[in-house]
Amino acid sequence: MLERVVYLDNAAATRLDERVLDAMKPYFFETYAVATSEFGYSLGIEAQEALGEARSAIATSLGADSEEFIFTSGDTESSNIAVKGVAQALGEKKGRHIVVSKIEDFPVLNSARALEKQGFDVTYLDVDGEGLVDLDKLRDAMTDRTALVSIQHANQEIGTIQDLERIGGICREKGALFHTDATHTFTRVPLDVGKIPVDLVTVSAHTIHGPKGVGGLYVRSGTPLGKWMDGGFQEFNLRAGLENIPGAVGFAKAVDLVTPEETEKLRAMRDRLIDRVLAEVPDTTLNGHRSKRVPQNANITFHFVEGESITLHLDMRGFAVSTGSACFSRSLEGSHVIFGIGGDHERAHGSIRFTFGRYNTMEDVDGIVASIAEVVEELRKISPLGRDKEGQEGSK
Amino acid sequence: MKFPYSETVLEHFRHPRNVGQIEEPDGKAIEGSPACGDMVSVYINVDKETNTISDIKFESYGCASNIATGSIITELAKGKTLDEAKKITWKQAADALGGLPKLKAHCSVLAIEGLRSAIQNYEERHGLVKERKPTTVDVVRRRLGKVMNPLSGLSVVRTNLVTAIEVKDGNVRVIIDLPSDHQFAPVVKEEIMEKIEPLWDVKSVEVVFTD
Repeated sequence: MLERVVYLDNAAATRLDERVLDAMKPYFFETYAVATSEFGYSLGIEAQEALGEARSAIATSLGADSEEFIFTSGDTESSNIAVKGVAQALGEKKGRHIVVSKIEDFPVLNSARALEKQGFDVTYLDVDGEGLVDLDKLRDAMTDRTALVSIQHANQEIGTIQDLERIGGICREKGALFHTDATHTFTRVPLDVGKIPVDLVTVSAHTIHGPKGVGGLYVRSGTPLGKWMDGGFQEFNLRAGLENIPGAVGFAKAVDLVTPEETEKLRAMRDRLIDRVLAEVPDTTLNGHRSKRVPQNANITFHFVEGESITLHLDMRGFAVSTGSACFSRSLEGSHVIFGIGGDHERAHGSIRFTFGRYNTMEDVDGIVASIAEVVEELRKISPLGRDKEGQEGSK
Repeated sequence: MKFPYSETVLEHFRHPRNVGQIEEPDGKAIEGSPACGDMVSVYINVDKETNTISDIKFESYGCASNIATGSIITELAKGKTLDEAKKITWKQAADALGGLPKLKAHCSVLAIEGLRSAIQNYEERHGLVKERKPTTVDVVRRRLGKVMNPLSGLSVVRTNLVTAIEVKDGNVRVIIDLPSDHQFAPVVKEEIMEKIEPLWDVKSVEVVFTD
């Protein structure tokens, strides 16, 4: 058995940092009470304070006030609250039209589809070959009836970073609210709501070595938002339910632990992987933008081979990565992101996503490059596709 | 470590048997295409005296179950008569592999089809097939028997996912008992199109979901 798995799927989930767990522990065993009002008992008041401190720390990291940040169960819930909440609050008043990009992650994309079924008009905005939203098309798509624009900060698969400042500017100009899913950029790519005209921001702890099941939503003061989860008056009456105080404390600790030095280290690993693979493995294509890209993400198509075969071979060698291949997905559909940037099934089929985290090293990069080069070469030997075999392809 | 496949699947995936091409084969076929996902090519040589498969090779552009199924069918088919080899089913291949995940039926069935098509190709080239038959509801139903229902690993016909088939002047309509936003709706549609569109007298194919 292998001693250690080289885990390169940090966009999907990350290993919890022990320091996060240490910060959370007292809120399971000591200060486990419900966060009470200021007139409650002392254990509850302490819990309330811990929640408030966690909220304030995360809000501050976004340039927001404490009252503008609510805790949720993760990015899926945050984006649901944002997209459906605005639709509920403004659908009748402003108009039943929303705009999303074609390559949004499923929480936004499927919230938009759900609204479409309820009679909303949804524009699924095209992106260019590197995944960037066309700003002119965005402007053209918007009307007086557009209630919300939801465009991600960076893509979950290909890592392309959008120009939020200009997108937000267009939304202001047109009088629509702007939500962004920052799950894959939060703490790694600067986002200051004091500078960026954005009304709602989805964030999550699971991508930054925090606990799973904890996320948050920045809600700019005064943003109309329908209540989605009914119950008590928690989270400024926007999200009912007993507060997950250990989770909130862990999330804040996880935010605190991310440093610019670490982010630079991730960037260096990413760059080495991209440069080496493109130079050393023939017939490869980088998916996404080369420089407008989150520091922890590389996504490369290995032509003529299928991604699930690659991931299984790598798994047997002790590397965990993911693929946009249909064979890997729960819906048996190829990556909508690769299709969105103009790729075909073949490009999605052979696409591999590598995402780095705190516990990766440069040795991991060299290890994965060597292994993937071997695996791809082996698989190409049994593939009926390929450059050196082209003459035989049409012989059906 | 915990892998999603049986030991036998992994063994064939790691060390696929009879990989490659046969120079000037007696029969060959390519099933699937890079556009739709997985692809398998199968090459056979036939011993004309005994009418058995004397040599067989395959290539795969596909996932683990596709590769493993390609490998196992070459072992199952080698030495068999053409009629025996034609009757090898996905179930037999899956059993020989110690089981395959239901969800992967559609990836692995391609290899079975590749084998049948290679035999058919041999028979066509050697004047062993009759006239082309016009496409009827029955022909469509039989072909849809090869489209797998990812929910069960059985065919869409057997699992009553296909509720109606209409054929009129070369225009085929297939009614599927799934909502159009179902998780598997796009893949089922694509596979149906892929199976029916190539029929020689089919002009159009429409897949209708029951919302």
